[in-house]
Amino acid sequence: MRDALRRDDRVFLMGEDVGRYGGCFAVSLGLLEEFGPERIRDTPLSEAAFVGAGIGAAIAGMRPIVEIMTVNFSLLALDQILNNAATLRHMSGGQVGVPLVIRMTTGAGRQLAAQHSHSLEGWYAHIPGLKILAPATLEDARGMLWTALEDPDPVLIFEHGSLYNDRGTIAADAGPVEIGHAALRRPGSDVTLVCYGGTLPATMAAAATLAAQGVDAEVVDLRTLRPLDEETIFASVRRTHRCVVVDEGWRSGSLSAEISARLVEQCFFDLDAPVERVCSAEVPMPYARHLEEAALPREETIVAAARRTVG
Amino acid sequence: MTTRADGAAPEDPRVGLLREMTRMRLFEERCVELYSAAKIRGFLHVGIGEEAVAVGVSAALAPADPVVSTYREHGHALARGVPMDSLMAEMYGRATGCSGGRGGSMHLFDADRRFYGGNAIVAGGLPLAIGLALADAMRGTGAVTTCFFGDGAYAEGEFHECANLAALWHLPVVLACENNLYAMGTAIERAQAETDLALRASSYGMAAWAVDGMDVVAVAEAARRAVDHVRGGGGPVFLELRTYRFRAHSMYDPERYRDKAEVERWRERDPIDALVARLLEEGALDEAALERIRADALAEVDRSVESAEAAPLEPVEELTRHVYAEQGGRS
Repeated sequence: MRDALRRDDRVFLMGEDVGRYGGCFAVSLGLLEEFGPERIRDTPLSEAAFVGAGIGAAIAGMRPIVEIMTVNFSLLALDQILNNAATLRHMSGGQVGVPLVIRMTTGAGRQLAAQHSHSLEGWYAHIPGLKILAPATLEDARGMLWTALEDPDPVLIFEHGSLYNDRGTIAADAGPVEIGHAALRRPGSDVTLVCYGGTLPATMAAAATLAAQGVDAEVVDLRTLRPLDEETIFASVRRTHRCVVVDEGWRSGSLSAEISARLVEQCFFDLDAPVERVCSAEVPMPYARHLEEAALPREETIVAAARRTVG
Repeated sequence: MTTRADGAAPEDPRVGLLREMTRMRLFEERCVELYSAAKIRGFLHVGIGEEAVAVGVSAALAPADPVVSTYREHGHALARGVPMDSLMAEMYGRATGCSGGRGGSMHLFDADRRFYGGNAIVAGGLPLAIGLALADAMRGTGAVTTCFFGDGAYAEGEFHECANLAALWHLPVVLACENNLYAMGTAIERAQAETDLALRASSYGMAAWAVDGMDVVAVAEAARRAVDHVRGGGGPVFLELRTYRFRAHSMYDPERYRDKAEVERWRERDPIDALVARLLEEGALDEAALERIRADALAEVDRSVESAEAAPLEPVEELTRHVYAEQGGRS
């Protein structure tokens, strides 16, 4: 974000506690001192107003980054995201575009219980007019923001809370990354594991465990949930003939359901086993650590699902 | 004052307001007929009776001032200078419509004239307006955004979030509340604990006053004062425009919630008739000039219908355009 603010004076950050507080996950720490309160703009607790204000400012030529504290709070701004950001270009016959970036935290794993832990990015991926990103690596977290800011349409970036503590060094010449394609995080020949965002670490761990058991798993990180890069998924499944979809959303009506359906539509005769899905248990996320862990996709459940597909 | 080509006395500026209100009235009356004839579909909300608000407020705005409106926005669009042909074509869902046939009556857009809809979610346009004003403030353009909304929107959380934000950030915005006393079929006293809307708005720390929304001259003066206040750095203004719609909420509305006598009482205060009577009495207008205004507006409406009838439909192959920016497109 610092780079973006330096690069383009149309960019500004707006949200609850992004300034004085430094961001509730310390994402924007230090930005207020460097860029001042006009561009690092603390807002009242008014999600609909400040998300909508971001839309209006984008229409008028600015490049706002709006931060929503968690995905659950984004529901208070759903009217603005769905009824305005996603629709204005189409309803206006192409006249009014919304070059807006909305960032928010998603996912569970920090014992924050049912109103701070859900994975609703799949809902947003349902909506035409939006682009939905889910970075799982440091390079993507940085590069996707850059690309999103250059996009003429509203882009929502879902940052998994459990990834905020990842630290590492990014190449000095790292720049924007393309956002339309999934990435192969691990090549393999026996089964395709499809995942994104916060489920990448558990999926990679599962692939390592499977390798030790003689199962060579390929890991596809979706990166972008809308538009969905189905070609990369299909190509992988045509090689491995088996697929496990890992999605922290609930199984019913989820992104995993969409991927599974598309595989049945497009790759039915390539499949040697039913598509498996590893999702969150169908409960509001519980607080107690053992219950939360039991509700989430994790290495063991991914391994078990993959083993079922290879018989 | 404009000078007439024939060298006669300069025209009274109120005649211009009358001309605009007449265009709006005749356009909407024709829309009602076309709706009954099934030429126009969807929801159709006309503002017949509320012309003084659209025309009076718009008269105070500069071309660079953004406007955000509601689903009852034909008059706002017309007064903003959106060509009647493109509005009528949009009613018909034609490719030449101001939104390419994708918006219809409730979603009229004209980005070149900074007219940003046409929002069918009650209060949904308010945050947009706040953002437009924020952008203009950050860039120092001096533009003033106007947001039209109804008394129904006043009950929504989005209104209160935006009123707070506008005042807190001292944004250049006029919040133009068209109080027509009904949120669809719910009378204001059944929806608002305190029906003095300007009084409540002033509690946000912004200038707020109420105006007779049936008197176009009063509206234009109040709007001018509001825009001057905002442009001069005085912060946002809330304008409560007390008006009335003579017709039903929409073409589907059987109007069981109010009695005919009430509507008749308000019709006696018809903003067009009232202005005509005043201008004739003061000699600022004669019958011939009045007839010409009506004939010109009628001819313009006729032409817009003719061109809409003849306009092409958007090819179905174009259905999925304008969901995202086109290749290479930047907005």
